[in-house]
Amino acid sequence: MGPLLPTREEFYAALAERHGAERQARFQAAKVAICGLGGLGSNIAVMLARAGVGELFLLDFDRVDMSNLNRQQYFVEQLGMLKTQALPETLARINPYCEVTARTLKITEGHIPGLFDGCAVICEAFDKAEAKAMLVQGVLENYPTTPLVSGVGMAGLDSANLIRTRRVGRTLYLCGDGVSEVADGLPLVSSRVAACAAHEATMILRILAGDLEP
Amino acid sequence: MVTINGEKLPLDGMNLLDWLTGHGYDPKRIAVERNEEIVPKAQYGETVLRDGDVIEIVNFVGGG
Repeated sequence: MGPLLPTREEFYAALAERHGAERQARFQAAKVAICGLGGLGSNIAVMLARAGVGELFLLDFDRVDMSNLNRQQYFVEQLGMLKTQALPETLARINPYCEVTARTLKITEGHIPGLFDGCAVICEAFDKAEAKAMLVQGVLENYPTTPLVSGVGMAGLDSANLIRTRRVGRTLYLCGDGVSEVADGLPLVSSRVAACAAHEATMILRILAGDLEP
Repeated sequence: MVTINGEKLPLDGMNLLDWLTGHGYDPKRIAVERNEEIVPKAQYGETVLRDGDVIEIVNFVGGG
């Protein structure tokens, strides 16, 4: 037998003590969608589960690969598993009261209508530029009032100070340096990808707390 | 004047798709907002820029 789990009330009381009761209630009431569970998405999911977000809707189609372990929140014994199976296991160990729904799906334009109903924030955390553009386009067309947080430019090992959050239009938030591209031969390094993930997660939590400023 | 990514340009009457392709943008890797509304990709070719328009072009790069 492992140690006794804290009750839901004990768990959330500890979070409310850290975050403030009102802010915590807002986090707990929210459902957030995370599209892509790689270097950005797996880190964002861990951060949001730790913050006590009530419900996470995770989407990915890929399996855990050796090349992921330099920056993604997976373990050696999870190699070969679907990310939609591996990550919920980890999240349950962090926050057993976070309601996690995972869907193994390669999102295309046609999936988007209806997919994110009920989500307070949608998070784009794909790796391919074309997939990012497709998702952002589709979400802005189908969910024009739902905040959308996207990661753009975190490759390489330039200064982390270049990574920032900005808003475009009414609902789109872009996190990253805007230019560093994997296709240019730049590596993806754990700390810099995590810095971008932290920008995305922070913006999501700010939105949930009621602050829409980037 | 038309404002594109913060820069004021004399582009009244310009076709959006022509401007994008003329400036090296790949329509598959961008999202375009006009006056804070998304422009559907299928409408780039029929969108004509007008004085006072504020255009934001988001150019996505790979990595995540």
